[in-house]
Amino acid sequence: MAEANIAAAGAAPLPARERPPANIVGPVAWARTNLFSTWWSTAITLVLLYLILRAGWGFISWGLIHAVWTVPQGANGPDTSSCRAAIGIGACWAAIGEKYRFMLFGFYPFSQQWRPAIVVLLFVGLFLISANRRFWRKELALIWIVTMIVIGVLMWGGILGLPHVAQDQWGGLPITLILATFGLALAFPLSVFVALGRRSTKLPAVKMLCVAYVELIRGVPLISLLFMASVMFPLFLPEGMDIDKLLRAQVAIILFAGAYLAEVVRAGLQALPKGQGEAADALGLSYWKKTFLIILPQALRLVIPPLVNTFIGFFKDTSLVLIIGIFDLLKSGITAIADPNWQGFGNEMYVTLAIIYFVFCFAMSKYSRGLERELDRARRR
Amino acid sequence: MSGATLDPRLNPSRAAPKKGMTLSWSDPRLRAIVWQVVIIGAVAAIVWYLVSNTNRNLESRHIATGFGFLFQSASIPIGESLLDYTPSVSTYGRALVIGLLNTLKVAVVGVVLATILGTVVGIGRLSPNWLLSRVTAVYVETLRDIPVLLQLIFWYGLMQALPGPRQALNPVPGVFLSNRGLKVPMLTWQPGYWWVLLAFVVGLVGTLAYRRSARRKQEETGQRPRVWPAAVLLLIAFPGIVWAALGARLAVDVPALRGFNFQGGVTMTPEYTALLVGLVAYTATYIAEIVRSGILAVPQGQWEAGGALGLHRGKVMSQIILPQALRVIVPPMTSQYLNLIKNSSLAVAIGYQDIVSIANTTLNQTGQAIEGIFIIMLVYLTFSLSISLFMNWYNAHIALVER
Repeated sequence: MAEANIAAAGAAPLPARERPPANIVGPVAWARTNLFSTWWSTAITLVLLYLILRAGWGFISWGLIHAVWTVPQGANGPDTSSCRAAIGIGACWAAIGEKYRFMLFGFYPFSQQWRPAIVVLLFVGLFLISANRRFWRKELALIWIVTMIVIGVLMWGGILGLPHVAQDQWGGLPITLILATFGLALAFPLSVFVALGRRSTKLPAVKMLCVAYVELIRGVPLISLLFMASVMFPLFLPEGMDIDKLLRAQVAIILFAGAYLAEVVRAGLQALPKGQGEAADALGLSYWKKTFLIILPQALRLVIPPLVNTFIGFFKDTSLVLIIGIFDLLKSGITAIADPNWQGFGNEMYVTLAIIYFVFCFAMSKYSRGLERELDRARRR
Repeated sequence: MSGATLDPRLNPSRAAPKKGMTLSWSDPRLRAIVWQVVIIGAVAAIVWYLVSNTNRNLESRHIATGFGFLFQSASIPIGESLLDYTPSVSTYGRALVIGLLNTLKVAVVGVVLATILGTVVGIGRLSPNWLLSRVTAVYVETLRDIPVLLQLIFWYGLMQALPGPRQALNPVPGVFLSNRGLKVPMLTWQPGYWWVLLAFVVGLVGTLAYRRSARRKQEETGQRPRVWPAAVLLLIAFPGIVWAALGARLAVDVPALRGFNFQGGVTMTPEYTALLVGLVAYTATYIAEIVRSGILAVPQGQWEAGGALGLHRGKVMSQIILPQALRVIVPPMTSQYLNLIKNSSLAVAIGYQDIVSIANTTLNQTGQAIEGIFIIMLVYLTFSLSISLFMNWYNAHIALVER
């Protein structure tokens, strides 16, 4: 009978809808409720509108209307007089057009720069694949290992007919990506063991060791670790042995990241109900079986969003290596405009660098938020 | 009598015997001890190996360890310092103390400003005004996705690109912005001001006492006497009267252009200004998100209940929502304060002489790498631990007292 009712209602022609009154919907009403609801709100809206229009117009006028896009090539290098004339009025994007290769790849041999370019694409591809939940299985680790090897071959060369490129010639975006990605990939296993150690109740000495490591590293700035890597590591090694500066910085970043990731992993371990571990004990599983088959798969799934956020932090923090003289993206960009021809066009370079960093970080944070919502929904169900 | 024997476990003579440790791998206690010995032993071996390498290296490079260098005269030129300092006369120790004070100067001011800006932006993002919430959202989303070091370098570049002292920007009378930094007027200190300061402190104590008594009265009678008239009287009028009674002396040192530079006033160097602006703008984005999520964590019903009691929106916010939101806000806020302090070490990239910068120059000049790094780490660990302790105390202070 109910079905008949619904059918009848569906068959009946809908009454012609009355238009809602204009003071409830429509752009004017929207503006009235959202922009001019009180005199206080109106004042804020007007002040902000004024500031936005002024700043927006200033930027458009600087970055687009009065900008210089190309400069003629003179006898000895580019002729930058048109850019010099526009300083303070318009941007000189020609500086970026001239210098983007150095900004992206640093001192890497010019003819070989297709190799780091492929490396950047490989990294982006690796991130995209790892972001897709369909690929979250054991094969992903294999993909990572293979990609890392390919990246190493491309960067170093020396085999397959690729000329060898020494590590001190690497630079630009690949360095930033290598430091961040390898840093995370190697710090992650370390952090899992540290988090487990910190949670252990039966091994008080190990627990103390882990607490000391985490709190010590988290208490000092990354710079002090990088200084340590650049001036103290050489003292630690036996005489005659020398480790490359990049590798030393990488070790410092791994140690730094390990402490922060350990806290994230520990949060996941704590959030897991105690019954899971007890059930595994009741089944007679050994500690390692319990940890790797029962505890970690669930605990890590809980902390994927904060892990991504921590990764965003490291991605930004890799820029600190410029202080110890490693040519990451930021350092290469700043060095590129130290060329006497192009001095004084810092803002253009900073804007470009900011956009590159922003694109990477914003994509990751958007992803992390989407993932959080998705996992949250799955958990609530 | 028969009840005691129902459960065999309750019978003391039948309880499981306490086992001594057996020398078997299946005994978890033995395994725990063995594992700990192995791990600690491995760590100790690595540390011993590194230390012995270091000693050998130091010996072959003829570097003497120790903190004796702190008392040698330092030839570091220092641009801004709160203490007297003469290069190649004063000691390294003094230079490091100056660096420490410079770090504190930027950290304390930065934490205060970032908290204010972050709170305003965080509340602004929840504003019913669409434009305000959009603008604050764009600000937060943009600045937190750009490395703070790049932002610092950008601000420093901007400061250097400002016109020279002769064409200085003059947004407010007495305030000059040029490539020599920010000049602001400063009160010249006079002896009578000590009494005004004392009057202010007395007024502050009086206000707090009055607020306490007002709260007690509210708890007894339900009526809360107005506190603000008394606060105005005690905090503003009373010191004002003291100042007037002492002759109402007022001398403001306004910066003025003489020759090629400014005289008078207080200077914020370009390095300090860039560092402060960069750190505050960056950290405020994180604080804004913390404040926003803290306010959102308070259930909507609290707003409605406050409204039902007849409180207006501001009162609901300050008396009902914020005290509850603070419980969510304080712990993550602590880590943001610590981040700001740790990020202040990036000063070294733009030439502001904080502790890291001076320690770095020291270790380059003296070759005392280990001691230099040790000093940096010690300073930051002290900051971190003391702020954590204070914030833990504050957190316990405002925590929900559950019955």
